[in-house]
Amino acid sequence: MAVPDTDATRRVEPAPAAAEDPSLSPAEGHVEHMHSPVPTVVHHRPSAPEKIDQVDRAPRGVKLAKISQTGDRMFRALATTAGLAIVLLVLFIGIFLLALALPSLQANQDNFLTSRNWTVSGTELAFGIAGLFWTTVLSSVLALAMSVPVAVGVALCLTQYLHKRASGPVSFVVDLLAAVPSIIFGLWGLTVLGPFLAPGAEWVASKVGWIPLFSENIDPKGSVFVAAVVLAIMILPIVTAISRDVFAQTPRDHIEAALSLGATRWEVVRTAVLPYGRSGVISASMLGLGRALGETIAVMIILSTPAPGTPFSPSIFAGGETFASKIANNAAEFDTPSKTGAFIAAGLVLFIVTFAVNATARVIADRGGAKS
Amino acid sequence: MSAMTTTTSTSTDAPLSFRRPSGGRTIKNALATVYVFLATVLTIVPLAWVLYTVITKGIRLILTQQWWLQSQRGITPRREGGGAYHAIVGTVEMALICAAIAVPLGILGAIFLIEYAKGTKLARGVSFMVDILSGIPSIVAALFIYALFITIFGFGRSAIAVSFALVLLMLPVVLRSTEEMLKLVPNELREASYALGVPKWKTILRVVIPTAFSGIMTGIMLGLARVMGETAPLLILVSYAVGINFSPTSDTMGALPTMINSGRDQAPQLPGYERVWAAALTLILISMLLNLLARAIARASKLKEK
Repeated sequence: MAVPDTDATRRVEPAPAAAEDPSLSPAEGHVEHMHSPVPTVVHHRPSAPEKIDQVDRAPRGVKLAKISQTGDRMFRALATTAGLAIVLLVLFIGIFLLALALPSLQANQDNFLTSRNWTVSGTELAFGIAGLFWTTVLSSVLALAMSVPVAVGVALCLTQYLHKRASGPVSFVVDLLAAVPSIIFGLWGLTVLGPFLAPGAEWVASKVGWIPLFSENIDPKGSVFVAAVVLAIMILPIVTAISRDVFAQTPRDHIEAALSLGATRWEVVRTAVLPYGRSGVISASMLGLGRALGETIAVMIILSTPAPGTPFSPSIFAGGETFASKIANNAAEFDTPSKTGAFIAAGLVLFIVTFAVNATARVIADRGGAKS
Repeated sequence: MSAMTTTTSTSTDAPLSFRRPSGGRTIKNALATVYVFLATVLTIVPLAWVLYTVITKGIRLILTQQWWLQSQRGITPRREGGGAYHAIVGTVEMALICAAIAVPLGILGAIFLIEYAKGTKLARGVSFMVDILSGIPSIVAALFIYALFITIFGFGRSAIAVSFALVLLMLPVVLRSTEEMLKLVPNELREASYALGVPKWKTILRVVIPTAFSGIMTGIMLGLARVMGETAPLLILVSYAVGINFSPTSDTMGALPTMINSGRDQAPQLPGYERVWAAALTLILISMLLNLLARAIARASKLKEK
């Protein structure tokens, strides 16, 4: 690992090193200018293109070395290709998914957007995403509702309440939460958290079961509710990390102005820190939402798939399938193109939804200006 | 710090009276303090709980030698024995192939954004696409590779297809962290290099990248940790194999996440169930190790975000 300043100084003394450099060489008068007593200017195109004319008309006796630009051009082209490749990659994802989903969408007998049916084997295709959409959005929004208040609290604690020496280790622990692979959260959610939450869920369902959202549970262990709690835990580190960074940037002046007016610590947070960080928190929440919408394996393990023919239940205590879990659950059965196309259509919807959510997050962050 | 607002004895002017905040404000302040600390504790609880569960259930097998040296070939869920060697090989191999593509592409992309196209419309477009890419669900990345390689090109499922899907997930992590680091490299270093007549590409390769090296390594470690724990591409693009297999083009390969997934439905009293948790512990250990390594490298770095 090179140390930055030595790297720079090494380049200061030895002229020969530059002379040996093949990329500098094929110039006439290149070597002689190195030994010339007259100060020479080696002009360098990409770094300061607008100054070159000036130098060309510069004092007589100044010899300009020609530098080969092949290396530069190639490297520039390489970097630009990498940049463009990323743009193309994202566009390709959309285009290919659309191209493969279209035939199945055209053969679809049901309304793709409003049907809750999913019949894709055999010759007749009849599928719709209404059920998947409901479970996906319900679990993610629920997760967000649980996660954001806690994440904001943690971010405030780390930036405004804890001493620097304590906040370092604590934020490290919160970051470690992001290091736990999602399949392990799924396994833990199914075998440990699900049974732990079941009595509470049953109690709520027995009290307010008349509201459709909380109606009597069909499967207390593999419910949308348990999946949402696990999703909330999984997006907590993302939302916390971004909120923390934004809160930490609150101008010192704002905080001190509030303090000088006699504000308590909470009032400082409410009047200076929160307004400054609001757009950052919203943007972080959107990113968390995008993550929750697309989470596959944890949700797939936890959610119990309703048996075919089970009536649809909007309850958070029922099982269900999200876009991602539906695709992953049936990955082994991608045999016919039409069947695969139906699942790819579901994936396309997921792609579009997450695209929209992430783009919104980006726009909010840019508008807010709280970003560095 | 709130002491500043409440108590001061230096003031001598009579009309100025320093009072404690009114009861309601004090209570609100106390409630807020309790809330933020509760939230912090609430965040640490699930991590501790998950770690406790996985460690207590998986530690016994992890500590045996055969766990690291044997595969699951010929071992049924009802039998004791075997190890996770096949799955570790698969996980590491797929992640390394992925890194071999994602790391150069990510670093070049970051160089493009910072060194060549800074502030241009194109850079903003690329940057936006990187944001979108970093938000793409792993299942969508897997479906895209499935559509491209299996449906359109007609290849079969293979471990290398998984690596390609993982590239889509690792690329934004590497690119973003490299970009952040390149931003921190002081311009004086670049200018000193230009002043000596070093071409720009050589300046980037020999001055800028070495200076930002530790930050780039941190990004690579975090990216590796992320892709090693991904399950969705494995489910769609490769079948789980219980035997040792080094060939990335074959259609079956073991991996830790699929080892967990294929065994998770077993009854808790079977030996196979314990192996699921041991595999989970192995995966967490690898992931945490990479994260700790990333942090250690970042700490040793000369460039600091300030």
